[in-house]
Amino acid sequence: MTVEWVDTDGKEYPTTEGERVRDERIVDGRRVWYPRKSKASALFVKGVEMPLEGARVLYLGAGAGTTPSYFADVARAVYAVEFAPSPASRLVDVAETRDRLFPLFADARKPSRYASVVEGVDVLYQDVATRGQADVALKNAGFVRDGGRAYVVVKARSEDVTAEPEDKYEEVADALEKEYEVESIVDLSPFYDDHAAVVARRQR
Amino acid sequence: MTAWFEHGTDAEALEGSLEGDGAEPEVRDLPELAVENGVFETQEAYYDALHDATVEVARGRADDAVDTAERDVVNAVRTLETLSEHLNELDERSRDWEEETDRVPVSEVTEAREALEDARDETREFIGERTPELAPNLSKLAGPVLAARLVALAGGLDELARMPSSTVQVLGAEDALFAHLRGDAPPPKHGVIYVHPYVRETTKDERGSAARAVAGKFTIAARVDYYSGDLRPELADELDEKIEKIRNRGDGS
Repeated sequence: MTVEWVDTDGKEYPTTEGERVRDERIVDGRRVWYPRKSKASALFVKGVEMPLEGARVLYLGAGAGTTPSYFADVARAVYAVEFAPSPASRLVDVAETRDRLFPLFADARKPSRYASVVEGVDVLYQDVATRGQADVALKNAGFVRDGGRAYVVVKARSEDVTAEPEDKYEEVADALEKEYEVESIVDLSPFYDDHAAVVARRQR
Repeated sequence: MTAWFEHGTDAEALEGSLEGDGAEPEVRDLPELAVENGVFETQEAYYDALHDATVEVARGRADDAVDTAERDVVNAVRTLETLSEHLNELDERSRDWEEETDRVPVSEVTEAREALEDARDETREFIGERTPELAPNLSKLAGPVLAARLVALAGGLDELARMPSSTVQVLGAEDALFAHLRGDAPPPKHGVIYVHPYVRETTKDERGSAARAVAGKFTIAARVDYYSGDLRPELADELDEKIEKIRNRGDGS
């Protein structure tokens, strides 16, 4: 099970193989993963190919589970944490279609609540809507294996409407240095305005 | 060390381990550990059991949380409406009384009125806390009280998220809508969304357009709240822009 690039409409998109969960397009039996519909896909299209294959993944801010479903198509285990009740309920629907997608209705700011369940992970992917985005990644750093990667989506807007987005990204990246080694900041435009992903490596 | 499978391998065991916060985040090979300790034959079996347990627990917890939040929001907004109605009635009654006898109403009535006011303020505050937890984007756009009324009128956030925006636009105007369908009246331009300043404070000529724009954004917000859980502050900006355009169209040329 791998992420493969498929040519559709003259463009290359990442795809995975698995049961359809919403109304996503299927090409040659593979689920097309559009960068406008998923920040993780936008990361791939922007040149950051996350090492998801066979990986243990902690996914914070799993939403209704659409993006986690792509992860679960290729990963060994995906622990998906979501705390908003309605989306969490949709997430469970999706988890029922994926044997290795484990839904956790919990607050990502309180990792001790799910620490008895989550194993050491190779990848931390975070897309949370709450304030204090860096803080969430720091609190969960203990789960990430040495040399493992963290991908932290930063929404400039959910923190401070008036600040420059770049300043916000830098600020989060600086804060992450406490537990991670930041490798790059990837702007997700034009797919997502005012969004970037901080790519970091766990260093102990 | 604590691991969820220490006291069983079903949903109940998982639920129990999620209650405590004794554990701290750390790198552990839980599937290997479970096999070494003889809890499972294979790591595959471990993952299968974990899947069953997490799905069952999350299903119960998330659905409960949705139910509780919806019930809270709906009950609170209905209570708020009742309190407001009673306060208005009391005000009218006291005014009449004062006019007739030129006497300030007895102090017990004044006290009761104050108590009702306190109850109203507290209920409103409760709605302000609870509605954003259920529907953050809609609360932000509509304000928590109007958002709660829309959820109550629709019969739940799920129902609201499934409605076309033309229905959301006239929620709360059912009487007028049915009169129209019987052929007795023009179609209603708005329901409870009328209380939103963007509808109420737009000139009459453009109010229908404003109501349509407002209902459109509210519908998107409700869908985001129900389906994705994202925060989309840009929805407010988009609505601001749209309303400004509609209003300028009215003023201009």
